[in-house]
Amino acid sequence: MSELTHHTAAELADALASGATTSVAITQAHLDRIAEIDADVHAYLHVNAEVSLAAAQASDERRAAGKTLNALDGVPVAIKDVLVTTDMPSTAGSKILEGWMSPYDATPVRKLREAGLIPLGKTNMDEFAMGSSTEHSAYGPTRNPWDLTRIPGGSGGGSAAAVAAFEAPFALGSDTGGSIRQPAHVTGTVGVKPTYGGVSRYGAIALASSLDQIGPCSRTVLDAALLHDVIKGHDRHDSTSLTDNWPSFADAARHANLTGVRIGVIKQLNGDGFQAGVMARFRESLDMLAANGAEIVEVDLPAIEHAVAAYYLILPAEASSNLAKFDSVRFGMRVTPTGGGTVEQVMSATRDAGFGAEVKRRIILGTYALSAGYYDAYYGSAQKVRTLVQQDFANAFAGVDVLASPTAPTTAWKLGEQLDDPLAMWRGDVATIPANLAGIPGISIPAGLAEEDGMPVGIQFLAPAREDARLYNVAGALESLLTTTWGGSLLSQNRGLDTPGGYSTSVKGGAR
Amino acid sequence: MSDISEERVRHLAGLARIDLSDSEVTALTAELAQIVDVVAQVTNAVEADTPATSHPIPLTNVYREDVVTDDVLTQEQALSGAPETDGSRFVVSAILGEEQ
Repeated sequence: MSELTHHTAAELADALASGATTSVAITQAHLDRIAEIDADVHAYLHVNAEVSLAAAQASDERRAAGKTLNALDGVPVAIKDVLVTTDMPSTAGSKILEGWMSPYDATPVRKLREAGLIPLGKTNMDEFAMGSSTEHSAYGPTRNPWDLTRIPGGSGGGSAAAVAAFEAPFALGSDTGGSIRQPAHVTGTVGVKPTYGGVSRYGAIALASSLDQIGPCSRTVLDAALLHDVIKGHDRHDSTSLTDNWPSFADAARHANLTGVRIGVIKQLNGDGFQAGVMARFRESLDMLAANGAEIVEVDLPAIEHAVAAYYLILPAEASSNLAKFDSVRFGMRVTPTGGGTVEQVMSATRDAGFGAEVKRRIILGTYALSAGYYDAYYGSAQKVRTLVQQDFANAFAGVDVLASPTAPTTAWKLGEQLDDPLAMWRGDVATIPANLAGIPGISIPAGLAEEDGMPVGIQFLAPAREDARLYNVAGALESLLTTTWGGSLLSQNRGLDTPGGYSTSVKGGAR
Repeated sequence: MSDISEERVRHLAGLARIDLSDSEVTALTAELAQIVDVVAQVTNAVEADTPATSHPIPLTNVYREDVVTDDVLTQEQALSGAPETDGSRFVVSAILGEEQ
């Protein structure tokens, strides 16, 4: 077991700056870790050893020449397979894109490379980011590093599991309805969904364009902030990207201060339908925040009760349109029916063979929601609910600086447990979806373990649009209080991770 | 209750260009009926005069100069991921069926 894999990105950056280690050593340590445990975890779809080591070598040479590009130059990073890359296949977890090589890099990936970070590989995900468990990946599920019989969350279960299992210090994810925050919640890691438009979506294979946002996954609040600082900012290739001058999120995390911060607890997400251990950790965190200078008040957001229903009309509608590009002509799979066929028949056969069950379900639902005679009632009403949710948030933020809720109703469930009940899985997104509907930023950080199953629990904070820095302030302060109480990070309590050679048996055998 | 029937699912699958099998149609019909019953709650949650939101952060039209920049894909790059090309174009099977 290499020590290097257990450092944060910030610590690795310091070690590189002081000359204590090299990017090649750090990158090799992570590749070794992946080789050691990823057959069990399956966080990665593709690992880029040769290219990663060449990039690490180049970083070390830059540093020796005094030409370091960024404080994070030489630090490795994992990339969710939804972001296209020129030197690794990009599949979005779908068979229809198996082996597909993009002719260009997604903007967040380009920014990582320009800052000298070392892409390790592409992480597993639910097909086209549709799912909350990574079980909808066409390449098999990722497993939760805390208990390999449980889901790692989704759609970004691969990025969260890679970070939780020390297979990368941090990773990029995408969050359309909670796909960064919910995996963070169930794996004891940190995940941030930035303000809509805060990070370019150019080269992110689109799910629902008015909801999608790229963001960081990490083990600490500071690491998330450091990665967010690299990828943020305007991009002329994404017409929805904001032209704001963003403050340093790392500074916000480093100078966290709760004095005078007003935190609103969302009444609709404070008890009903939430697991006991999830609520216990949430209330403990609130008490801790209150004891250290924050003011806690309850706020009412009634429209949130319709948010899941609105989301599952808007998302399928947008997805059915976005996924029309997979037409068997320009990229990806082509299946020709026996005896040939017209281009339309080839297209239909290809999409039947190339898409999984959840993708088909959502495309058909979206096609229905957009069809004549239903459009106004379903899609139109859902867009109106979106307005009500935004108004609720605006009213709430008039009186508080941030909002707080548990990140999701339950801890990680067993693989397979919810696969036959799509509605049950969709309801699990109740706490994360509202932020996407309103375009506001959100963070999930570890709040502890649930007594009943020993699995991690997250707490979510939400801030007004463009106020992402507030998340890093409040979450940074709470993280510091919690880790002091625990005597270390939550992940250090996962004993199964550090048993050499006995990783899966120790976890399955009840290490807790 | 929703009006999801197997016939409607087949029609939607045709619009979406997905050649569903009979068993997929049967399964999807049952699932969609349940799902539509749940998501239909949005129709009762709003008033006729509630404004619709299509985009979370208001933006006015975003324009750029109508000039070719140096970072557009080459023809070779654009064709690089296609299942079949003739070197300069995408190759597809017949656009029209026999009856057309």
